[in-house]
This record gives sequence, structure tokens and C-alpha cells, in this order.
Amino acid sequence: MAELTTTAQKKHLHEAFCKDVMSMPEGSKIKQCQQCGACSGSCPTGWAMDRGPREVIAAFRAGMIDEILKGNTIWMCTSCYSCTVRCPADIRITDLMYELKRLAIKYDLWPRDAKAPALTKYFIESVQKHGRNHETEMLSKFMATKDWSLGPKFGVMGMKLFAAGRMPLTATDIKGKDEIRKLAEYVDSKEVAVP
Amino acid sequence: MKYSYFPGCSSEATGLTYDMSARAVAEKLGIELREIDDWNCCGATSYFAARELLSFAISARNLALAEEMGPEDIVCTCNSCYTILAKTNSYMAESPELAEEVNDALAQIGRKYSGDLKVRHFAEVLVNDLGAEAIAEKATRRLTGMKIAPYYGCQFTRPMGGDWDDYEFPNILDGLFEALGATVVDYPMRAKCCGGTMMLTEQDAALKMCHDLLQGAVDDEADVIICACPLCEMSLEGYQPRVNAKFGTQYQVPVAYFTQILGYALGIDEKTLGIDKQIVSLDKVLAAVPA
Amino acid sequence: MAESTNGEPRIGVYVCDCGTNIAGKVDVPSVVEFAATLPHVAVAREYKYMCSDPGQELIQKDIKEQGIDRVVVAACSPTMHEPTFRKAVGDAGLNQFLFQMANIREHDSWVTEDPEKATEKAKHIIDAAVHRVVFQAPLEPIEVPMNSDVLIVGGGIAGIEASLKLADAGHKVYLVEKDPSIGGHMAQFDKTFPTLDCSACILTPKMSAVGKHPNIELLTYSEVTEVDGYVGNFKVKVNKKARYVDIDKCTGCTLCTEQCVVAKVPNEFNEGLDKRRAAYIPFPQAVPLKATIDPSRCLYLTKGKCKQTCVAACGPEAIDFEQKDEEVEIEVGAIIISTGYEMFDNEKIDRYGYGKLPDVITSLEFERISNASGPTGGEILCKDGSKPRSVAILHCVGSRDENYNEHCSRVCCMYSLKFSHLIKEHLPETEVYQCYIDMRCFGKGYEEFYKRLMNEGVVFIRGRAAEVTAASKEQAGSEGKLLVTVEDTLLGVVRHLPVDMVVLSSALEAQPDAKEVAQMFGFGCSSAGFYIERHPKLEPVGTVTDGIFIAGCCQGPKDIPDTVAQAGAAAAGALALVDNKTVKIEPTISYIDPEKCSGCHICVGLCPHNAIQYNEELDAAQVIEAACKGCGVCVSACGSGVPVQRGFTDDQIFAEIEGALA
Repeated sequence: MAELTTTAQKKHLHEAFCKDVMSMPEGSKIKQCQQCGACSGSCPTGWAMDRGPREVIAAFRAGMIDEILKGNTIWMCTSCYSCTVRCPADIRITDLMYELKRLAIKYDLWPRDAKAPALTKYFIESVQKHGRNHETEMLSKFMATKDWSLGPKFGVMGMKLFAAGRMPLTATDIKGKDEIRKLAEYVDSKEVAVP
Repeated sequence: MKYSYFPGCSSEATGLTYDMSARAVAEKLGIELREIDDWNCCGATSYFAARELLSFAISARNLALAEEMGPEDIVCTCNSCYTILAKTNSYMAESPELAEEVNDALAQIGRKYSGDLKVRHFAEVLVNDLGAEAIAEKATRRLTGMKIAPYYGCQFTRPMGGDWDDYEFPNILDGLFEALGATVVDYPMRAKCCGGTMMLTEQDAALKMCHDLLQGAVDDEADVIICACPLCEMSLEGYQPRVNAKFGTQYQVPVAYFTQILGYALGIDEKTLGIDKQIVSLDKVLAAVPA
Repeated sequence: MAESTNGEPRIGVYVCDCGTNIAGKVDVPSVVEFAATLPHVAVAREYKYMCSDPGQELIQKDIKEQGIDRVVVAACSPTMHEPTFRKAVGDAGLNQFLFQMANIREHDSWVTEDPEKATEKAKHIIDAAVHRVVFQAPLEPIEVPMNSDVLIVGGGIAGIEASLKLADAGHKVYLVEKDPSIGGHMAQFDKTFPTLDCSACILTPKMSAVGKHPNIELLTYSEVTEVDGYVGNFKVKVNKKARYVDIDKCTGCTLCTEQCVVAKVPNEFNEGLDKRRAAYIPFPQAVPLKATIDPSRCLYLTKGKCKQTCVAACGPEAIDFEQKDEEVEIEVGAIIISTGYEMFDNEKIDRYGYGKLPDVITSLEFERISNASGPTGGEILCKDGSKPRSVAILHCVGSRDENYNEHCSRVCCMYSLKFSHLIKEHLPETEVYQCYIDMRCFGKGYEEFYKRLMNEGVVFIRGRAAEVTAASKEQAGSEGKLLVTVEDTLLGVVRHLPVDMVVLSSALEAQPDAKEVAQMFGFGCSSAGFYIERHPKLEPVGTVTDGIFIAGCCQGPKDIPDTVAQAGAAAAGALALVDNKTVKIEPTISYIDPEKCSGCHICVGLCPHNAIQYNEELDAAQVIEAACKGCGVCVSACGSGVPVQRGFTDDQIFAEIEGALA
């Protein structure tokens, strides 16, 4: 995991965040935050976060997004949208969280023990390959690289699921899986390479 | 009544029984669910966490495919698929720039989406297009005495369902199950998050959330929790033993998809509804229903 | 005064810089240069602030010395300064209707991005005005009598204050109130901040004075249904709803209200916390102290069957079930609207549990519970009769929230502090939490009041409450029945407060019929729903309709001192009109030449102000000058093109178009 050390790097991250947020529908509402804390109070995992959603916006105002990425905040976000529907300034906070996840993955900035980036990566790999997410495939890769303990924890349940046919071993490819690949290639070519 | 059906990736795995029971219910009620030809993954939360335009693009491929099939509304069973497809639809309508970018991408694969379709949740379609009374009339079993905790989940109405149900305490299915004879308990936790994929990545947090949801059902003396999302159902049913292990509780709460209980009331057989594929058995709950 | 040498008009064009408002966008010197080339323009000048004394003197000097006999001022909107320049022109001896304003600010510099385009547009606008003014003819303002009476709509503290001021000044006041008694919301309050004066104690003397004042005619349980006329001469229809009680006979003895058989009507005065009878007096200090029978709940009136215990109890035989609504028409010179506010419907925010969880109450409900004359006799109690061990007061419920109301309701921070004090006073052992976002203590003595509450040991938590839920069984027994989840933002920690009672400091909103009422009187509402004042800074109690004023919370949420101040301001505005015998109205009205009129009657029926009558003798339509508002309907309707609207003749309009397109 990379770390931002220079002011220039931090500024670049801040600018990247600003640009992306402002381009999302209603993204500019972030400027209207009252810092009321309704979002942090509503967050079901706020108690487990290093800093809650309100602080994410406070950090944005201070030009200190990198501080947020050092902690577990965004990886604790389940995108339940409680914050978004309750926010009195109409800020789409969940979208901000997603934006930060994207930046973290793009610039390789996440805490060593966060597992969600890996799950994300395997999910996407599965879809890119088959056109649909093959849950068993994704899970196996994830367990193998990130959390062997899931195996025994899964244990009995996993076997029951498999027996019930709810955990197929083989994947179905969609006919248009090439289209998925083409979409990815096209979008990749459009997006600016990481400097 | 015809709809373009988006089953979602879980329908082929953990959500298999949701798909089975939803199709069975649709058939029984005379609804045609035409599966979108060659649909791909909606992207779920993972894509949006890694890529922005690509997320919208692969999600929109489904919208384009549906549009090629016809003008019918798109129907999803999974909360997350519903949210992603509806959000893509809505954001493209809100932002002409985004719509242009997405269509530029779709053009690479010879497709486009004009933005004219509606994306809906299966639960809402049943209640609003058919009506609780009309469905209840077709029921062959009354669910008298069954106390149901309706677990709608966080992405049922948030953020795309504000027009057709409440963000905090959705209740659109309550009337339906009451019309079928069941008692729907208060269950204030009905739209709180179960943790979703965090069951894999931050298991402690997710187990706590599931613990609270199960406790809520026990507090309200519910016989069964019904769900509208494969991830929710998996979390509450499949991980109950882990919740018990971590918190020292002894929960044995049956959890099912709402379509399975609905299907049972409509007289569909247990095998078709996938009830034999439950991890926590529904036998006791269903046995209590008068024949 | 120099005369024109050949009978041709001599136009003076004055282009205002308006500081940088116009000059910052429009190239004024080039516009002046252009204006000088226009036909009949004798002088063209530029000045920084035309509306100022030196600016006006420029015009006057040219009229006197240069023989200017037509004036065009290119500046702001006529709404701003047409009266100013008309007066300046008139004072210099030229008829003030030989003046035309060219709006190159609101219509140009303020709305055009590109300076070149703005300059071009300014030239066209001035060209139009210059072409038009040639065809303008001298007119004299019409003086009409001013009715010295005033109508005040809404009998809360604002209406009460305004009516007393006007009545004391010697004018007859009609005070119309839709409820059976005056007093409004202030009658419901317990103590008022920051002095903790008892609300009823300071209000009831004024209510009593209104009831007794020889100049005030109280029309309670009445509503305005129609408004016609114009400043100085308003004709208003008021519907006096049937009380089914003859108020001349009723002594307010309350016996009927005790005997009435229908006992379960939710008592509005106590916010539905207890019940009243179908025959009722809203509260013991009501003015007028007369009974009213609620026609929607009275057994006899709804079902035709009742033993009529009220009639039996009434000594003076005041009950009259045959009574009908009565429509009265009143004529007044000015109107003040003071219709107050409505509280936010807390059921809309379901995450706070109002209506579902017991002991989640609104601010008005708290006022009644705390009030000694309320449903609990002044004891702060939970629904089950127990004393709350702890209370949380949540700020900004429905305010400062794009999901409900964007505006701040101004008074809630202060009344929340007041509630804290009242709770501590009644129940010294009870813990009080304030969940706030900002503490807005802007008024005199308000910051000091905040400090007082800090010293009284109130717990202040900075955070907008996320939700209120029922506490678990253990917590309900030992700590509190409700759980308030709130992020303590100053600490960055989410806290769960077990409390026995939650008070929602909810938003003040406009009355639900505000739009309809505003339309009836001839003004509008802002996006927040409150009535729009004539100018937010300089005319907070005026409206766009001359002679009609607004005061109090109907204009926007405010506390009692500001309400009373606005009521006084509105009364002064009304006095400035009604203290005069006459008022001047615009002469830009219709004129029908009886020689040309064929007497077909079409315009008579079409006039929306009933200002045209058919004159048998002349066999022609005739305009009632005082009633005509110059709307132009008759002008466009007449097939023969007979009616002429002074100041808006065909010649003038076509000239203006020609100039604009030149």
C-alpha cells in the first residue's frame, strides 16, 4: 500500500477527488454540509469506523482526504444509503464513499488489513471473465489470499449450500462476454493513466 | 402483464431459491417475466467501488438489452440489482453528459440505451400492479397465525424507492401478507443494513448487525423473517450459527424469501419454491399453516 | 423656461451608471453618444447615480434652461425609481407623465453576460423609450377619497398589536379572526424567552383591551372570502360562520360547555392532548368570551337527535340552532394581514417516532404540558403519568433540511433553551439534553439566557439527532424508555441517550392556505411558502399591492418582540395612508369616447373590476374612473377599438416597438 508523503501528492489527490465528485449528479452539494452529524449518527457501522461520514466531508474541506484513506472508514461503508436519505443538505454521501473507494484502489492507498479491495478485485475479475459474478469462484480466491479462517467458519454451512445447489462449482459464461471485455477496454483507454 | 426480468448473479447461486420462487409466483399469478436475453452482472457494490464509467456502462448494457426486447418495465428481485439498475437509469436521466459517455461506450458493442424504460422491484410490482386483495383471492392456504417479521433490507427503498414506499419503515409487503392471513409484526429494524458483503471483509461488524436484526425478530416474537434480497437472506439464514457462536445466543429463526412464503400461500409445492434447499428449516413454520 | 422653437419635442436622455451595476457591464459613454443621435433628442447625459439629488437636479436644470419637454431616464426598474423621477420632473414644472423610464439594469446589465451584447441591448431599450415618449401626453393623477377604516386579518399578537395602535389613533378597525377567540399561538405558550414572562399574563391585557376598545369591531369565527377595490377603497366580504350561539345574549357562563353530551372532541387549544365538548369556549380567557358549537361534532347538527342539554342549561336562551353563516361587506382604506404560522407535521419525519412512540412530543405540546392551565395542570409528565427522569430536546426538526424546509425557524434554539429551564424548574432532578447544530441566540438578552442554561446544568450535545427508537427492556426500566442516537460531533463519537421524553423543536411553516390567501389579496408567497414583502430590507411589512401590509410570522418565522415591532410598522404604514383624506391613484386608466362607442355592452361584461357601466342617456359605455385598474381588457376586447388606455395608447406602443427594433 502506498502512502502519500509530499504536499504535492496530497494536493493531487484532493483535486482528483474534487473533480470526480463535482462531475457526479448533485455532487456540488458537498459544499453545503452543515456538519450536523446526522450521517455519522445514522451509519450502522459508524461505531466501528475510525472516522464517520461527517468527518469525511470535514477532511475534504481541510484538504486532508488522505487522512481518511489511512483509516478503515470507507471499507466499513455498506452503502446502505441511510446517510444519503437523511442528509439535510441533500448530499449523496454514499456516492462520496464510492468515489473514495475508487481513488483508494486507483492510487493504492488503503490500510494493510482492509480486505474489501481484494474482494472487489476478484468480483470484477469474475465478471470480466464470465459476464456474471461466479460467487464460488470469487469466494475461493478471496479465501485463498485474504482469509483462510473463512474456510472453517464457512464449514458446515458451505457444505449445506453446495448440497442444495446454491453454490455451484462451475460458471456460466454469457454469450456476450466479449462485449464486457470490449466495454472495459474502451473505458480504460478513455481514462487518464495514473501519473 | 409482461415484464423484462433481471434475475441477477445470485439467482444462480445463493439466491437460487429466490429466483425459483419468484418465477413460480409470477406464473401462478399470470405475470409473464421474460428474462432479459444474455443479461450480465449489474455490477453490484463492487464495480462502483472500483470504476465509475465502467460500472454505469456494464449496468446500462442490461438496460440496452431490455430495451431491445421491448418497452416493458424491467423487474428485479434482488435489492442490490434493483438499486444499481434504477440508479444507472436515474443518473443517466439526470446527467446528459453521463448518458452520452455511457452510450459512447455502449456504441462500441453496437448497443445503446435511450432512457425510456422503468426499473422496478418485484415486490412493488406485485402490490401496485396486481394488488394485495387480488393476490389473496388466488391463495389456497391461509397463513393464519404465522407471525412474520418483514425484513426489507437497506437497499429496498434507499435510495431509489422513495416514490413507492417509506425510506425508514417500508411496509409495502405488510398489507399483502396480512391479506394472506398472516400477522406482520412491528419489526422497527425492517430497513436496517445486514452488512452485505462485509460478512466476508469485516465479519465482526456484519455479525453484530445481523445479531441485532435477529434479536429484533425475537423481541417481536416472529415465527419467520422474510427477505427481499439474496445477500440479506444469506446473512440472516446462513450466518445464524456464526452469530450464535460470537454472541453466545441461541437463535433458531427461520428465514425465507418473501416469494417462498407467498408462493406457499398460493398453493405452490415446496420443491418448486426451493424450500427443501433451506439451511435453517422452514418445516415448523409451514406446518403451523392450516392445510 | 426655454420654449422649443418649432413645436417639435425636445427630449432629454439621462443614462445612469448606477455605480457599477450598469456601468460595470454596459459601455455607458457609447450609449450616451448613441442616444444623442436619436430623433428629437436635445441633450444626452451620463451620471453616476441619477436617483440622487444632483442627478435629479441635472434633469430639472435642463427642463428649466434647455427647454426639455420630454424626459427619458435609462436606469433601474420603474418599480424602483419611476416615482422618484416623475416627482423630479413634476417639481421642475413639467407634467410628470411626459417621462419614460428605460430599464437597462434589471432588464439588461443584470441579466446579460456579454458586455457587448449588453451595450447593444441598452441602445435598443433607450431607442424604444425615446420613440415612445414623443407620443406621451400630459396626465393628472386621480385623487380619490381615502376610507379611514382598516381591516386586520388574523387576531394573534400581531393583529392585536396593530389593531390597538390604529384604534388608539382614532381609526375604526375590523379585526377578523377565523378561530372563536383571538390570541393565536401566543395564548398557548407557557413562559416566554428570555425574560420568562408568563405568556398569558402579558397577552390577556391586550386581548381584553381589544375586546373593549370602542374603535375595534371584532369579527371572530369569521373569514375573508372576497377582496375587491384598491388602496383607499377596498371592498371586502367576510363570512361570519354560524356559532349557533347568539353572542349578544351569551354571557360566557360556560354551563353549556359543561352539559354538552358530546365529550370526546380533540381539544385543539391543548394540541389534542385532552378533549373538549362540541359546545366549547377555547380557553378561559377567550376574547370574546362566548360559546361556540362545533357543527362537525354537535349531535343535533350532524344527526338531528340530541336532548339539547346545552339549551336547557342556557339561562339567557342564547343557543340558536337555526343560525346561518352571515356574509358582511366592509369598506376599508388599508388592510393588514397577520395570519401567523402553522407548526410542522412531525409525522413526516418517521425516524423520530412521533405518533408511534409514546412521549415523543412537539414543542407546542410541551408548552401545554408545562402550562398550569394545560391538560396536566402544569406538571411535566409522561403519558403514563410518571415524571420523566430525563428529557432530550432535538433541534432543527423539519428546519434547515432540504427534505422538508430549507429555512431556519429562528425561534427554536431559544424556545428549546426555555424548555430546558422549565423542565429544570419543575423537575430539578431530571437530566436535560439539547441536541443542537448551532445555537442561534441573536436577540437582546438571548446569549445571556444561553449562558444561564449552561449554568443550570443542561447537557449540550452538538449533533442533529439521527433517530429515536424504543429502548430495550432493561434500559427502559433503569434508564429511559426511548433511545436517542446522535453523533456528538465535537467529540466525534456516536452517543445513545436513554431518555423518558423527547421534545421535537419543530419548524414554523406558512399556513396551508397561504397561497390562496395571498392571491385573494393580490400578492404572493416565497418558495418557503411565507408571504413576500415588498422589499426584504427596506419594506418588510409592505406588499406589492398598495394599501395592503403583512406583519408577524406570516411573513417569516420570528419571535414575539419582532412580531410586535412589525405589527407597529404595519400600523404606521396603514396610518400614513388612512390619516389622509384622499389618495392619488395612477391615471393610466381607460377612457371611452361616447361619440365613438356603439353601446354594444361587450366591455361592460368583460371588465374584471366591474369598472364599466352602460350609460343609457349617452347610449355608450362609461368607465368608473376610481374603479378602473388599467388592465387593458376593454381596450383589446372592443371590436371598434374605442377604449383608449391613457399612457398606453396604440401610438405609444407601436412607437416603442419601432424603436426597439430599429
